[in-house]
Amino acid sequence: MRKRSWPLIIMAALGFLFLYLPIVVLIVFSFNESKLVTVWGGWSLKWYASLFSNQEIMDAAWVSLKIAVISASLASVLGTMTGFVLSRIPRFRGKTILSGWAMAPLVMPDVITGLSLLLLFVSMGSLFGWPAERGTTTVVIAHTTFCLAYVAVVVQSRLSTLDETLEEAAMDLGAKPSSLFFLITLPLIMPAIVSGWLLSFTLSLDDLVIASFVSGPGNSTLPMVIFSKVRLGITPEVNALATLMIVAVALSVLIALYIMRRQKRVVG
Amino acid sequence: MMTTKKRKSSIWQLVSSSNIGRLFVILVPMLWLAAFFFIPFLVVFNISFTESAIAVPPYTSIFQWDATNTYATLKLNLGNYLFLFETSFYLDAYLSSIKIAGISTLITLLIGFPIAYFIARSSSTMRAVLLALVILPFWTSFLLRVYAWMGLLQKNGLINELLVSLGLVQHPVTMLQTDFAVYLGIVYTYLPFMILPLYTCLEKMDMSLVEAAQDLGAKPYQSFLHITLPLAKPGIIAGCLLVFIPAVGEFVIPALLGGSNTLMIGRVLWDEFFLNRDWPLASAVAIVMLLLLVGPIILMRKNNKEAL
Repeated sequence: MRKRSWPLIIMAALGFLFLYLPIVVLIVFSFNESKLVTVWGGWSLKWYASLFSNQEIMDAAWVSLKIAVISASLASVLGTMTGFVLSRIPRFRGKTILSGWAMAPLVMPDVITGLSLLLLFVSMGSLFGWPAERGTTTVVIAHTTFCLAYVAVVVQSRLSTLDETLEEAAMDLGAKPSSLFFLITLPLIMPAIVSGWLLSFTLSLDDLVIASFVSGPGNSTLPMVIFSKVRLGITPEVNALATLMIVAVALSVLIALYIMRRQKRVVG
Repeated sequence: MMTTKKRKSSIWQLVSSSNIGRLFVILVPMLWLAAFFFIPFLVVFNISFTESAIAVPPYTSIFQWDATNTYATLKLNLGNYLFLFETSFYLDAYLSSIKIAGISTLITLLIGFPIAYFIARSSSTMRAVLLALVILPFWTSFLLRVYAWMGLLQKNGLINELLVSLGLVQHPVTMLQTDFAVYLGIVYTYLPFMILPLYTCLEKMDMSLVEAAQDLGAKPYQSFLHITLPLAKPGIIAGCLLVFIPAVGEFVIPALLGGSNTLMIGRVLWDEFFLNRDWPLASAVAIVMLLLLVGPIILMRKNNKEAL
């Protein structure tokens, strides 16, 4: 029934090629024996070995993982609340403001978010004595704030497509608002919360600009270390690191998509 | 307006109806965002009116207390803003950021539209696979995707080797550290942001409208111009704004792919803060950037509401 239009297929194929070719080249060259990044010197795993023995990168990776897990979890709780409030509470004073505050971080340039949070922390430090110094805590607060927006969007869009009759039925049967939420709504939106958590985790793990502003000395995150290395040019170790991160992310996204598709089929 | 206002339940009514749970779920995110999203802007606004000083923190206060500590004088320093508008460097940086972001957005739209259209018209299994392929780069590190281009674009990189061996150019072309690389980087990293809203819009489109138009004798380009394009408008607007707004303030791409003469305001702000340590001026740069982006941000919210 649908006409196959060759120009469209070719354009789409080129588009996907454009999206994936740089990543594929990066991955292939991470196995390059030669130190010269563009000269192929045969297959080798030596950059992976030197990556794992690089203490600076390993320390930064640990800092980043800690920050990402805590921020993603906090953002999931706060973002679910925000998404729930915005789609399920019909009217309250300040709703427009809340939806504006919750959505603006999605497009706000990182340099503005980073600078404004740093200046907030500095002002708070001199007014209340907290935070006395910047470090993991300030990065977690910053990441939670911008990840919250992503979780809120995902949860809100899930709630808007959800059949409200299930919730209404529970209410008619006398469920209290709290048990309604925890027994009916929460299980239904769990896939959205999980994907919101994963998205927050990867966004936090990836953030360079905001972390550079709000992090303190001795608390460099992984992107900060990568950035200082690649600014000077291509480093084979970073290619190896990039490959590991891309493969890990690709696998978890594929698993998440698979689980979500299966659940969708079960729920109907 | 008046009637809707009356029906709005105030926070105090919520308390009196002893609906503590409801108040809790509203107030917690609200207070968090007020503290860590809204108030920071007020702080930046405040500091943009101070003067840079050799102190901790490195700026003066806008309040000056008299000797008895009873009178405070409010002293606003407009110098930072005047400096921004008097120095062509900053004006050029704003204009060039808007230009670079604008042109990149258009290119992203031109590349993204056929892809989104193709996905929307595929069979449902194919659609799931292609959609996953679009979303996947979105999940992988932005920084690393920009970095991937450094290896491809450099003087002895793959693209140059290919061009030389094909005989298209005699000598390797300088591509890294040029404006071209910045455009390429923005288009590449922001492409999924364009495809996804376009896809959502095109997927909902009723194809029988296009078929009807073609049955009535419309040529493909006519049905595209008069039917597909108007129906895809909310998606086009959403996609363009999702690319344009963050691209204006982009830092990583001009820093890694751009040359020393690639002027972008995000990079200027970064340098002002980290290299010159002029916090008040950096704040003024941020406030003016924010004012430039307020229009597009409001447009985006309006567009989102209409699309829903």
